[in-house]
Amino acid sequence: MSDPTFNAPGITDMERDELRRHGILLTGLEELYNWGRSHSVWPLNFGLACCAIEMIAASMAKFDIARFGSEVFRPSPRQADLLIVSGTVTKKMAPQVVRLWNQMPEPKYCIAMGACAISGGPFKQGYNVLKGIDRFIPVDIYIPGCPPRPEALLHGLVQLQEKIRNQAISGPAAPRHLQAEADCNCPIPECGAHDIEPTRNDALWPKPPELLRPTKT
Amino acid sequence: METLPQLRDRIAALFPGADVVLVTNPSPSAQHALRLDAPHARAIATFLRDDPALQLDQCTNVTGIDWPEKEVVDVTRTTVPDPAGGAPRAVEEKTKRIEPGRLEVVYHLYSIALGHGPVVLRLVTGNRTDAVTLPSLTPVWRSAEFQEREVYDLFGIVFEGHPDLRRILMWDGFKDHPMRRDYREPDDYEWEPTPHGDVLAKAKQHYPAPTPTPSAPSTP
Repeated sequence: MSDPTFNAPGITDMERDELRRHGILLTGLEELYNWGRSHSVWPLNFGLACCAIEMIAASMAKFDIARFGSEVFRPSPRQADLLIVSGTVTKKMAPQVVRLWNQMPEPKYCIAMGACAISGGPFKQGYNVLKGIDRFIPVDIYIPGCPPRPEALLHGLVQLQEKIRNQAISGPAAPRHLQAEADCNCPIPECGAHDIEPTRNDALWPKPPELLRPTKT
Repeated sequence: METLPQLRDRIAALFPGADVVLVTNPSPSAQHALRLDAPHARAIATFLRDDPALQLDQCTNVTGIDWPEKEVVDVTRTTVPDPAGGAPRAVEEKTKRIEPGRLEVVYHLYSIALGHGPVVLRLVTGNRTDAVTLPSLTPVWRSAEFQEREVYDLFGIVFEGHPDLRRILMWDGFKDHPMRRDYREPDDYEWEPTPHGDVLAKAKQHYPAPTPTPSAPSTP
């Protein structure tokens, strides 16, 4: 908890948990607010490739994402909080993914699910697949796997909830939707003559360092 | 079903002037093909579909091949009698020729009604740059529609008479044909821990090895 004024003053987390065990609930606005947000993360009903099948499995009865409050897959980005980029993002699809992200209202979060969404995966050296969606939109949670098991998606969701619970609601560390001047839109790339233009969002994806490979002797 | 040479002869008799060539496949699969010429291709395809003995009513596969221009060395072996009266010598004569580049479309046909197949058809363009138009066989086999669009997208073969010839995998503004041998993808290489092959060449280009710095003279 970064801003102590919204927490119960003069009490440590350990003491607070001790009080909770004895049935005394002592809380602050920030904790209550984030607790509510973290248990109603509504994902966008949006799948790209085989990872989407695992995402669907996670939402069904056997794995039951409803246990974590995320069963309400919204068909409209206007009503969604979470974009699960589940699968290969082709360069033809990338502008649409960024457009969906821009259409989602804040607060919004993004999970890159699977090797393709993280880095391009097995298609990284190809001509038509984006080398990771984090070149264009800010990604909160990366779930490795090809495809990840539904349990891995649930784990990623729990990690996202943990991240939401630890967000401050004021100050410089506050999330975008609580900062008046924060720009929540990502520029949408265009499909050019040979590649998408630009190939990355420079604000999010810095140029890789000039790495030198030592010669083998 | 009749054999492919028999079929070729029957087509040649029915379509005088058509240039139908039997292309043999030396691999173990031995899927020999019939190469049709562009002006008669659609009439021959209609015949193959409608002939009662063939009834090749299903086109399962349409694909493209890119043959870039290459140099071929022809070796002719002749035996020259030895003027001194000894054993005749074998002489190899090598001639180089340039095989012009071309694009090719391959169709695989089966008969659902009679249960035979495949019959493989090939169509060849004049070159790889401007004479890339071939007749579309979509009016004969509807299933060729999307696959011909794919061949158009990735190889750049223009199908005349196709009902809806647009790119299918890449976007409309895309200018290249990625399955051609001389296609080079946009260079946005990203560092990888274990590059090999073509990727290693790119890695060396993007992350050159440091020039060896002269080591500091060791102090005595």
